Amino acid sequence: MIEIRITKTFAARRDSSPFKLDLAFDAAPGITVLFGPSGAGKSLTLDCVAGFAEPDSGRILIDDAIVYDSGTKVSLPPRVRRCGYVFQNYALFPHMTLRDNLAFAAASRLPRLDRTRKVDEMLERFHLGDAAGRKPHELSGGQKQRCSIARALISSPRVLLLDEPARGLDAPLRADFYNVLREVRTEYQTPIILVTHSLDECLELGDRMLVVSEGRLAQTGTPAEVCAHPATLDLAELMGIFNVIPVEIRALDPGRNIGVVRWGDYDFQTEYLRGFFIGDRVKLLAAPRQLRAMPRLGRVGPNQVPLQLLRVVDLAHAVRLEFSSGVTAEIPPGGSLDRNNGDWVVEFPTRGLRVL
Amino acid sequence: MPVDWFPLTLSLRVAALSTAASLVVGMAVAYLLANSRFRGRNLLDAIFSLPLVLPPTVLGWYLLVLIGRETPFGRLYEAVFGSPLVFTWQAAVVAAFIHSAPLQVKLVRAALESVDHSYERAARSLGASEPRLFLFITLPLAWRSILAATALCFARAMGDFGATLMVAGNIPGKTQTVALAIYDAVESGNGATARVLVLVVSGLALVLLTLANRIGEAWLPNTRNASR
Repeated sequence: MIEIRITKTFAARRDSSPFKLDLAFDAAPGITVLFGPSGAGKSLTLDCVAGFAEPDSGRILIDDAIVYDSGTKVSLPPRVRRCGYVFQNYALFPHMTLRDNLAFAAASRLPRLDRTRKVDEMLERFHLGDAAGRKPHELSGGQKQRCSIARALISSPRVLLLDEPARGLDAPLRADFYNVLREVRTEYQTPIILVTHSLDECLELGDRMLVVSEGRLAQTGTPAEVCAHPATLDLAELMGIFNVIPVEIRALDPGRNIGVVRWGDYDFQTEYLRGFFIGDRVKLLAAPRQLRAMPRLGRVGPNQVPLQLLRVVDLAHAVRLEFSSGVTAEIPPGGSLDRNNGDWVVEFPTRGLRVL
Repeated sequence: MPVDWFPLTLSLRVAALSTAASLVVGMAVAYLLANSRFRGRNLLDAIFSLPLVLPPTVLGWYLLVLIGRETPFGRLYEAVFGSPLVFTWQAAVVAAFIHSAPLQVKLVRAALESVDHSYERAARSLGASEPRLFLFITLPLAWRSILAATALCFARAMGDFGATLMVAGNIPGKTQTVALAIYDAVESGNGATARVLVLVVSGLALVLLTLANRIGEAWLPNTRNASR
């Protein structure tokens, strides 16, 4: 269990605006994801936990032991904090074989007699036995990854910190990596803090998701919750997974759980919008896969809007349709698609849309 | 006329000893400058760089002030070894050291600082103490650059003239290094000796510089792989 409460301020420089990190959160066993745009302070937070950077004030507890406390001026060096750190470039020592990399880590904290056994155990557990005698530049990307995680885990750290470990990996390697991390989550009772700016990674791995924006915690929850219900419009835009549609509330009926909103000349039915009034101008959030889209045939039905189809993008798992007014819909791949017909209708669901 | 090779062998001996000393001192100072943040670090760095820019005679003068017969250090040396330090070949070693050690400090510091910081961070987070980190990570990753620096330093130590002249003098067969011997040969119109010594010294320096470049280069592809 880790408890973190830190602030750190950077004055404005010629090439950067002032920045203030002000975060408080805890991380239990399982994977806690720090999600946010570049420059939000995610990696800085990891560095503060590991001891590579010192906050201005606050307190960091790892397993109820203070590793940093500004009040009593305690700041333990990284060496004694027992944080396993997996670097973005893995930082495997290039002049050592894979076995020596693990042995170096084992030598720092394990009793002499346990070292060789533990190294062998890790080599086997992470399927690195065949590559034990090779140096990092002779290893495949997947082996390097597994080695860096094994090295971080060998001396039983109290927390595992990963700084964008899957950045720049191609899809198969990334899938392997996710599997390794899932195994680590189930086999070790170590809290894992993962920094990423990939929503997919949050959804795939995260038990808990903390959204960091401009040095502050913007939202916490399970990844599914956060993605389905972003707390603010800014977060919805940050995630980039929603159509944000400006509408005006025309009618509200709590009895039948119905609301009616108007976008341009078209009315949609929605759920009852708690906390809003008739006449409010609000933003409707609709994920692309929540929308149905079809070529226009005659009249426009209820909850439908006629739009021009501008572009069709084939993605790996879906076909993305880009319409006028910035609306995006996703439909399953396959099936015949009349790409030349520009007149389409997009249908909004009556349930499950979020309003901010 | 046969060429007297004593100045050349003396120069090699002087350069070897001063390089050995500057490797030890240079590593220590470079480590300090590269790894710690203390008040006056920049001043210390500037002081260690001074010999690179000052005229050799100024260095020689400072050395005389430091190790001359009437100075505390000079008296101590004389009491311990029974003879004064100045105007001996040992004084030439000191002059060569002062002439070349600053280069060693600069280059070794650059070598230590060029090691990717993520390796050092990784080692620290894995629980390594600072000596272990230096011995097993930083040093092995920087040793080629340090070796190249040492070769350059040796070449520079061979080349001192002014400071050596002032503290060790120009005594043929005793303190006359190759740089001084060439000056003497030219002065006394002994063109043949001068030409031979000049060619030998130039060749030696060229070999050392090429060697330094090759040592430095051979490491590069590996370092690039490692940071990927």
